[in-house]
Amino acid sequence: MPIKSYIAYPVDGKRNELIMKIKALDSCELNLAINEEIFIVVTDTFSEDEDKMIYETIVNMPELKHLTLVSGFSDEEISN
Amino acid sequence: MFTQNLNRRVFVKKMATSAAVVSAVSLFPGIVFAEEQQVNLTEDNLNWKKAPCRFCGVGCGLLIGISNGKAVAVKGDPRSSVNKGLACVKGYHSVMALYGKDRLKKPLVKKNGVFVETSMKEALDLVASKMSETIKNHGKDAVSIYGSGQWAIPDGYIASKLFKGCIGTNNIEANARLCMASAVTGFMTSFGMDEPMGCYEDIDYANVFVLWGNNMAEMHPVLFSRMLDQRQKRGIKIIDFATRTTRTSNAADKSILFKPQTDLAVANAICYEIIKNNWVNKNFVETNCKFQKGKTNIGHGLTDDFKFKDEPEQIDFDAFKVFLEDYIPEKVEKYSGVAARDIKYMAALYGDPNKKVVSFWCMGPNQHTRGTWMNNLIYNIHLLTGKISSPGNSPFSLTGQPSACGTAREVGTFTHKLPKGLVANEKDRAFAAKIWGVPVENIPDKPTHHTMSMFRALDRGEIKFMWIQVTNPMVTIPNLNRYRKGAEKEGRFIVVSDVYPTPTTDVADVILPSAMWIEKTGLFGNSERRTQFWEQMLTPPGEAMDDGKQLLEVAERLGYGKYFQYSKENYAEEVYNEYTQFHAGKKHGMAPLEVLKKEAGMIWPFVDGKPTKWRFNSKYDPACEKEGFHFYGNEDGKAVIWQRPYEAPAESPDSEYPFWLNTGRVVEHWHTGSMTRRISVLHKAVPNSYVELNPEEAKELGIKNRDRVRITSRRGTIVMLASVNERGVPPRGQVFVPFFDEHFLINELTLDSYCPISNEPDYKKCAVKIEKV
Ligand code: SF4
Repeated sequence: MPIKSYIAYPVDGKRNELIMKIKALDSCELNLAINEEIFIVVTDTFSEDEDKMIYETIVNMPELKHLTLVSGFSDEEISN
Repeated sequence: MFTQNLNRRVFVKKMATSAAVVSAVSLFPGIVFAEEQQVNLTEDNLNWKKAPCRFCGVGCGLLIGISNGKAVAVKGDPRSSVNKGLACVKGYHSVMALYGKDRLKKPLVKKNGVFVETSMKEALDLVASKMSETIKNHGKDAVSIYGSGQWAIPDGYIASKLFKGCIGTNNIEANARLCMASAVTGFMTSFGMDEPMGCYEDIDYANVFVLWGNNMAEMHPVLFSRMLDQRQKRGIKIIDFATRTTRTSNAADKSILFKPQTDLAVANAICYEIIKNNWVNKNFVETNCKFQKGKTNIGHGLTDDFKFKDEPEQIDFDAFKVFLEDYIPEKVEKYSGVAARDIKYMAALYGDPNKKVVSFWCMGPNQHTRGTWMNNLIYNIHLLTGKISSPGNSPFSLTGQPSACGTAREVGTFTHKLPKGLVANEKDRAFAAKIWGVPVENIPDKPTHHTMSMFRALDRGEIKFMWIQVTNPMVTIPNLNRYRKGAEKEGRFIVVSDVYPTPTTDVADVILPSAMWIEKTGLFGNSERRTQFWEQMLTPPGEAMDDGKQLLEVAERLGYGKYFQYSKENYAEEVYNEYTQFHAGKKHGMAPLEVLKKEAGMIWPFVDGKPTKWRFNSKYDPACEKEGFHFYGNEDGKAVIWQRPYEAPAESPDSEYPFWLNTGRVVEHWHTGSMTRRISVLHKAVPNSYVELNPEEAKELGIKNRDRVRITSRRGTIVMLASVNERGVPPRGQVFVPFFDEHFLINELTLDSYCPISNEPDYKKCAVKIEKV
């Protein structure tokens, strides 16, 4: 059940659409910058597979310019 | 018990969010988030303890959250003036490096080519008996120790006392030779004393920052964030002067690229412009400086018998001025690739009497066959303009490792050094012998081998026993093929103390599992002369033992126990108290333990209960014996402005090997990656090394991003993935490879040339060819 955080860079003019799409995904929480386009995505998934799937879903969104992984905790690390 | 429950998940999510918020803040100064979460990291079950980060020379103060004997969380210490609550991605994930699956827990001894587990007692018995046998059969100088700028202060101190004071050999070196020896010789030749005069607070006062070959966004990320923050608040300017375009260049106000090695010429051209435009601070120069020149055409240290000794000669200002006629910006433009107008622009920034300027540098000028000269030249610029030793005016040489300053430089874990002074000086030997309680005749008066010379002596068989602690030379030594073969030769005995298996443990005869960082009590000293203490927070796994204790155990077995009468439980503190006697006084006095235990570190010289933040200026430094500036490291109180010319590197591209190879680091990984590659998120972020190519040249060679590319030098060849238009972009004729990945040993290709004064190798320049595979 990994937890990851990313910085998301939307395509110009597509920020709102991107936010709506990611918000619609079950395992994602967002923290929005109020004076910059970028925002933070935190994923909390049940398995490595789901984690991968969520990542693939987000990176393939056409409204996304770039997604940078910042922090990540595996199951083992969370239960330390 | 702290179980995997909802609270824990909520907490970890907050940590993940905090890390992202902090990263975003460093990329977008002034950014505000809807939910400011980073301040809310509290959890009742956790016991928070302070420690300096162990992943770079910035020396951020961290708070480590401990629960049930495990380190489970990290946050930046808001009380630390270094990082003011910030941390970078390595700092945030630092505790995970303690828990890699293949952590070394039991000693291993090689028998018939296979490692066999043994007890710590037996392993240490074997190490001691091999040392004795080697000394008996081949002499004291046949044994050696190679440590690190990641040695805690007590570890390095014990190593120096054991090898120099007891065994009686100067065969002690540290990997800091590979990263900041040129900084030391730069300081010593210009000021007669090591380490920066200023402190990080300079960032809060300077108007301009010139970064000399220093990718601070990745290598000193927290300091870089502090500069970006100042830009937001005060509109300061950042100039990136480098050989390739990096994250730092992209965030800077101006990026200026120069051709490798020509920084020497550009620095001289800046001095030329400063003099030509009457920007010299005449009063400062006349009162506080003298002019000197040294030998020229000084070689590159490529042969085993290479020797060099500089012969300084006094010159005057007029002679210096004539020398600079060779460095008119328009002339320098032709071979440096830097437009004359950009040279004049930099000179004008330094020359403007209303601007305070900080120069930052690290590996670019240091890992340079003229590293000492490059350091001298940056000081020249600050001395000519009098922009030194006052808030915001600072030539600031940064270090890479958490205790390159604290341990390697201050304790003096180098062949020529003692904790205070040099082995060659009778007075210094007598002083060391007195504090160590050893006969003065024990300490030999001649340095033996600097690092490259030590590995060459191992290869030749003059050194037969080498103990390697907290470092991974079988990844980092340049021209690695020669030195790996040397270490593997018959009749060599290699002991390696480390926390994980590495290519260096592969060549070991004995592997000793080490306690890591917060599994022991220790002290580090960072780039701004700040000494930081931490107490043991965790029990080391299995039989892992800290490096200092391993040395004490062997000292006892060798019969030197009487010189190391420290208590088992508290030896690190007792060693520190003994060590600080070396530096007592206004020029280098160190803070006592009571202070270090309370504070997030303390800058030395610590005088009358206060840190000296700016040295050599009587306004701030009680050691000055005259009004104004007093460069008391030199007997006459004057700093030296050096005449140092441009000279070519040992190897340059030619028709057969047409590209420059530059090597370096990435923000996610610490040095050879032996720890950070075991932190899953850091590993996943940059799972393997790569070669950065210029996009146009990649196209011409038919190479696309992620294609396999063969790089070949006169010394070795390697196949790795291409990186085109990603993190860094080299100009035409250059490629860049990070060295963190043991699967791609780029140092098999690099050249073992070095600066003849500092003996520090040049990892930034050799010639290679590139082919698509
Ligand atoms: S900047 Fe350096 S010291 Fe600070 S958290 Fe990052 S790695 Fe650690």
